[in-house]
Amino acid sequence: MSDAMALTESTYYILLSLMMPQHGYGIMQRTEEMSRGRVRLAAGTLYGALNSLCDKGWIIQLPVEDGSRRKEYRLTEQGRTVLRNEVARLRELADNGERVLKEC
Amino acid sequence: MEKRKTIQKWFWVWEFEKEENWLNEMAMNGWVLESVGFCAYHFIRCEPGEYTLRLEMHPYDEAYVQFMQDTGAEYVGRMMMWIYFRKKAADGAFDLFSDIDSRITHLDKIGKMLTAVGGANLLIGIANTFSPARLGWINLLCATLLMYCLGRIHGKKEALEKERLLHE
Repeated sequence: MSDAMALTESTYYILLSLMMPQHGYGIMQRTEEMSRGRVRLAAGTLYGALNSLCDKGWIIQLPVEDGSRRKEYRLTEQGRTVLRNEVARLRELADNGERVLKEC
Repeated sequence: MEKRKTIQKWFWVWEFEKEENWLNEMAMNGWVLESVGFCAYHFIRCEPGEYTLRLEMHPYDEAYVQFMQDTGAEYVGRMMMWIYFRKKAADGAFDLFSDIDSRITHLDKIGKMLTAVGGANLLIGIANTFSPARLGWINLLCATLLMYCLGRIHGKKEALEKERLLHE
């Protein structure tokens, strides 16, 4: 699938949460905080998404530190570009929506 | 008052949501799933509504169980390809899937499993029809049943895909 396609809400918030290294539960919390409780990522959905995002190279899994069993993830440069493009796309959607609704 | 009980119950593969609802009703009535066996559910007393139960089809994956535990879920057990989790209601809402895509992926996994097992039964059934024992009909019957299950799962998936056209 093309990288220029729209991201799902889950993917968008996962990427946003991973500007800083974060483990699974941290991503769930960050997403809930940022969306003020509106978007709640379920663990099964998140697990599948993290694996696909690693395969795509948009995020990477960090080496597991000694004494910690939680895997941490971080956004890659490629992931950052995807995110930037998505924000531009969303802005276009929102701008058009506002403009059209104002006219009527 | 008894502390534990076992209930024998059968659910068809397409009834996994019904099974999950039943387990949650049991928890509402003060019985939480403690372990699972073949068509057997072992419960232990809990406070009514103390737990939320979830189940899904997932091939054996230690990393996944670990991941779930890290997010605060408890691993209850597994039966065949099905895995059971619970979480204290006080620790917040508990769901395994939060978007249509991952629900579709889950149904796909179930479908693939049914196709593999059903296909194997079909082949064995055909092979055994020509064997002296003539027991091939058993496998053919299984294959038919599994294909019916596949149809039910496919129906659920189509409904979600229709919704996916409009929503996430």
